[in-house]
Amino acid sequence: MEEEYHIISTLVENRPGVLQKIAGLFTRRDFNIEGITVGKSETKGLARMVITVKADEKILEQVTKQLNKLVDVIKIKDITKNAVKRELCLIKVSTASEVERAEILQYSNIFRAQIIDVSEETLIVEITGDGDKINAFISLLERFGIRKISRTGITAMSRGI
Amino acid sequence: MRGGEAIIESLKKMGVETIFGYPGGQTIPFYDMLYDADIDHILVRHEQAAAHAADGFARASGKVGVCLATSGPGATNLVTGIATSYMDSSPIVAITGQVPTHLIGNDAFQEADIMGITMPIVKHSFQPKDPDLIPSIIKTSFDIAASGRPGPVLIDVPKEVQEGELTSFDDNLIQIPGYKPTLKGNPRQIKKACELIKQAKRPLVLAGAGVILADACSEFNEFVHLINAPVMTSLLGKGAINEKDELALGMLGMHGRKVSNDSVNECDLLIAIGIRFSDRTTGRLDSFVPDSKVIHIDIDPAEIGKNVDVDLPIVGDAKNILNSLNNLFKGYKASNEVNAWTDKIKQRKIDLLPRVTYDDVPLKPQSVIKEISEVLTPESILTTDVGQNQMWAAHFYDTQKPRKFISSGGLGTMGFGFPSAIGAKVACPQDPVVSINGDGGFLMVCQELATVYDYDLPVIAVVLENRTLGMVYQWQSLLYNERHSETKFKDSPDFVKLAESFGINAVRVEKPGETKDVLKTAIKDNEAILIDIVIDSEESLPMLPPGAGINEMIGEYKLEKDVI
Repeated sequence: MEEEYHIISTLVENRPGVLQKIAGLFTRRDFNIEGITVGKSETKGLARMVITVKADEKILEQVTKQLNKLVDVIKIKDITKNAVKRELCLIKVSTASEVERAEILQYSNIFRAQIIDVSEETLIVEITGDGDKINAFISLLERFGIRKISRTGITAMSRGI
Repeated sequence: MRGGEAIIESLKKMGVETIFGYPGGQTIPFYDMLYDADIDHILVRHEQAAAHAADGFARASGKVGVCLATSGPGATNLVTGIATSYMDSSPIVAITGQVPTHLIGNDAFQEADIMGITMPIVKHSFQPKDPDLIPSIIKTSFDIAASGRPGPVLIDVPKEVQEGELTSFDDNLIQIPGYKPTLKGNPRQIKKACELIKQAKRPLVLAGAGVILADACSEFNEFVHLINAPVMTSLLGKGAINEKDELALGMLGMHGRKVSNDSVNECDLLIAIGIRFSDRTTGRLDSFVPDSKVIHIDIDPAEIGKNVDVDLPIVGDAKNILNSLNNLFKGYKASNEVNAWTDKIKQRKIDLLPRVTYDDVPLKPQSVIKEISEVLTPESILTTDVGQNQMWAAHFYDTQKPRKFISSGGLGTMGFGFPSAIGAKVACPQDPVVSINGDGGFLMVCQELATVYDYDLPVIAVVLENRTLGMVYQWQSLLYNERHSETKFKDSPDFVKLAESFGINAVRVEKPGETKDVLKTAIKDNEAILIDIVIDSEESLPMLPPGAGINEMIGEYKLEKDVI
């Protein structure tokens, strides 16, 4: 069976240790976790985790079922086929000259990225999008000298109701 | 009411009469409150034994077993026992003391992150930071441990929470919306199963511990007789059917009965109930029941399709599902083809009964188990340790009732046999309890002779003494050119003197017939005893080599019918 990326949206109890339990489950069962994002959900006391896994159908079924067995997990949905995916990325880039600075600003406009910090020698650019868009933007900035990259990993939501 | 008192009150509310434990620094407040409480406490001599005893109690009684240890090393000593119960779906609640909340994370004296350490081996865990939550946490823990697919729950109680005053005793403060085990089987799936069974010409049934855990053995018995299908079990499924029943073929697996291992791949329908298809049960997966359809009934949806591909899954409680099936099969007569198949397998069972009659000295373990079988009543409980002793017991002892054969299956924990017998005896004081051990595993837990003495528990400890670590020794003999690396003891301790030093009677047995006599007297006298039985260290059990298919056993399978 072929391995593919799947995005699983999981509603969990917002308690200490839950992230550890889920991450531990992936390690223990040798599931290939690509990314995980966590934050409060629309319901008080519950958090939403968006987990990206690389798995074939059989493993994916195990991932879902094993997650479901955790008492702290309330609901699980594979939203791969019908999801809006977004990732946020912060990039600190060197700016050697005024010309370079202007160039970076131009690229940022095109990619709808924002400059969120300016110093004499660096800029921090914030960009949101899917992975491909962010990768493309990073490769454009590479020649200026990237000092730091910080990515959140993918969060996602299913379209419509 | 203080936190510790709330623990005791809550346990009593849950029907707990006895807990197994070992005190320490961070549980002193609890033990002080226990001093005046009317709940029994069995002081073991090592925390691991407390967990195994709670597990043995749970398996023998069907109720939740409770064990208790202090923080740090006390808690980590429970880990093997908790993992054992997790692998075998045994409901226990383990309570540990923890350093006071303000010290957690400070590397305080005897601090260990037992919540973190046990995360992969518990069904769930709690760490109450507020005494008010204790009643709810205990109630919820019992519910989680015992319902659905049972398992261990850990409650880690910081010291000041044991001492803190409750504002009120309310056990409904916790909701667990994420926990809703499926109990009722899907009626459409059950109907389909019924059709598959009616179409089958060569059905076989495979029962696991789930049938026993669901308390579904009488329904199971009715079911297999209605459809007239032969029954195999896993190690932990022993007792799901009376193994003296003609339909019962015995254990399937790495050291399974020849009739089961030979026949399983001939079926055209395998009905598997409450079983997780462990590698020790199935052998090589791609040659396991290759031409058969598979119906898999289990309460844990994650077990469906995990190891064996299933044609028809039914998720739910075995008792409910078997009841529905029995209703659908009411008045059913199995087809002539099925009857012919079952008759053939029944005859094969008789032809392939393993040899148990020997008069050799040193004793053959088969004949020892035979003598034990002849003395024990169906109500007697047999617990085993892990290794050859376990497989001899499982292979040659016919278990007649559920919850009467207790063994560490999934984790294969050496040192389980004797302490689990202590728990079983506490659960069933009226029934004889015999634990079968090897000399390796018994020495891991022999300090529990002191517990048996202190509480006057008439547990019978059999030590099959072969001065080797028999199972590994056997693998080395059969698969590693007889290079017996670190599996031969120079000698054994004098087990008789060992037991006597604890105040426990002991007898050394070397000749045929003696086991039977000693055991009879021990049961009649209702006293604890250690029976040290010297056996042939070269005796091995036919086995599946790693990677082999279920019907590819190696080693000579001696048959009872060949005894001259």
